[in-house]
Amino acid sequence: MESPLTVGKKQVLTKAERRNELWRKIKKNKWIYLMIAPGILYFFVYKYIPMYGLIIAFQDYKPYLGITGSEWVGFDHFRRLFADPDFWMIFRNTLVLFALQVCISFPVPIILALMLNELRNRAYQRTIQTVIYIPHFMSWVVIVSISYVMLTLDGGIINNILRSLQFDQINFLLNPDWFRPMYILQIIWREAGWGTIIFLAAIVAVDPQLYEAAKIDGANRIRQMWHITLPAIRSVIIVLLILKIGDVLELGFEHVYLLLNSSNREVAEIFDTYVYTAGLRQGQFSYSTAVGFFKGIVGLILVVFANWLAKKYGEEGIY
Amino acid sequence: MVGDKTISSRIFNATNMIILGIIALLCVLPFVHVIGSSFATGAEIARRSFLLFPTEFSLDAYRYIFSTDTIIRSLGVSIGVTLGGTIWSMLLSVLTAYGLSRRDLVGRRFLMFFIVFTMLFNGGMIPTFLVVQQTGLIDSLLALVIPVTINAFNMIILRSFFMNLPAGLEESAKIDGCNDFGVLFRIVIPCSLPAIATISLFYAVTYWNTYMHAILYLNDPNKWPVQVLLRQIVVLATGINYDGAEYTSVPPPEISVKMAVIVVATVPVLLVYPFLQKYFAKGALIGSMKG
Repeated sequence: MESPLTVGKKQVLTKAERRNELWRKIKKNKWIYLMIAPGILYFFVYKYIPMYGLIIAFQDYKPYLGITGSEWVGFDHFRRLFADPDFWMIFRNTLVLFALQVCISFPVPIILALMLNELRNRAYQRTIQTVIYIPHFMSWVVIVSISYVMLTLDGGIINNILRSLQFDQINFLLNPDWFRPMYILQIIWREAGWGTIIFLAAIVAVDPQLYEAAKIDGANRIRQMWHITLPAIRSVIIVLLILKIGDVLELGFEHVYLLLNSSNREVAEIFDTYVYTAGLRQGQFSYSTAVGFFKGIVGLILVVFANWLAKKYGEEGIY
Repeated sequence: MVGDKTISSRIFNATNMIILGIIALLCVLPFVHVIGSSFATGAEIARRSFLLFPTEFSLDAYRYIFSTDTIIRSLGVSIGVTLGGTIWSMLLSVLTAYGLSRRDLVGRRFLMFFIVFTMLFNGGMIPTFLVVQQTGLIDSLLALVIPVTINAFNMIILRSFFMNLPAGLEESAKIDGCNDFGVLFRIVIPCSLPAIATISLFYAVTYWNTYMHAILYLNDPNKWPVQVLLRQIVVLATGINYDGAEYTSVPPPEISVKMAVIVVATVPVLLVYPFLQKYFAKGALIGSMKG
């Protein structure tokens, strides 16, 4: 068959020629495929095979029988899940901690970024920024350990101060009432400074003329923040909020696991810590996989929903 | 015109500066307290309720924790995992990011989706544990590295950076006879050093801080990285002589020992930080704005 080599007109290619063209492109990039192969293999083995492994949630998985040999039990584990009072306790704890994160720790970096942006002394601004990023690079173990040595009844600095001010000492580490405040304060301490980076960048990109116009209209600094800066960074806030919602059930295994003890379990046990204890500690592989599966599905649905909602209101969303 | 010189504006500035100053202090004071107490003598800790800088300087706590192999061994594990893991992760991340940054690559959109989807949904702890077990990594230090080889987010930041390099660079290198690997290693990487440095440090910090994978996959206490040891000593208060080692010196007060272990587990990150802070901020921006 003669190939159409007309210049200036759109080429009409036959199926075979299109396939050849595709092959040519793929062959041209054979080294590139070789480059990405190890990376893709990694994602396949350690991300996609575990997704396939989720089917043990529908089996009575026995390690010596494997996935192919274990008996199928359908939705039994899920039925047990919804009948288990512990499950609802964990569900409630997860939701409460998530709500605290969205309502309390999420807005803190936005406020901090607004305040930092108002600093007129650049050197002071840079110093503050440098300092507030530091805790982000500490592990949760370090953050929790520092809290422990400061909060312990046994000579911790906070209780020493309380005592010298004639207040009662507080057992922060074992008292369930203190778990949530401690959890959220640690998150703010570790992440708030780091979180300002993105908001600050968005604020710097705001057109300065808008501020000039507002000043002429007599807006003071607070009003300028409210009516110009905040609306200008709205889309960034929304994208980050969607991402946060996507993490709804990813509250951080490490952080909670480190704070968890038998006296605050009522308020501290979340899906991840429960999966760890029930699954790896007690060997209930199938049941705890069902718990994890439930968590993953809820998270996926929420992020899709949040994204849809953002798009509906004219924002970009994350995909 | 309402300028920056009005009284209300000055009050606003002053309040703002003071509040931010206090916040910054709250971020660092706990660290100062921990470092200060780790160098204090037992008598001073008992006497003073609020200690930032010790008046009598003492190295007893450090002498004590370094008098057995326990800490040294776990520091060795952490350093090895951090160095090896960072090199391994960067190699694979750069290769993948560069490949996927090439606009003429057939199947690129599908492969990106294949990777991004893993950020939205994953198999979770137990199925992942089973795969790690099947691949023979339980109780091997490789378990801290191989299952987290590429962080999808880091890879995407690198890829955005590569995509923003001028297209002419690649073409001229190819005309000069470079193949794709040549282009990557001779042209693209040298031109991307800020991004490479940033992402390397993200990986290094993650590996230094690794904890969860160690408790999931390592049963042998001799292989514990320093973060796991830190938890044993501070949170569980099991002491550092779990292996029954003999101590040569008299134990200093428990609290300054705990402080010293926290310092040891933190110092490497603190050392790296001031030099590379500017890169961290830049790198995080590339990712957030163009991800």
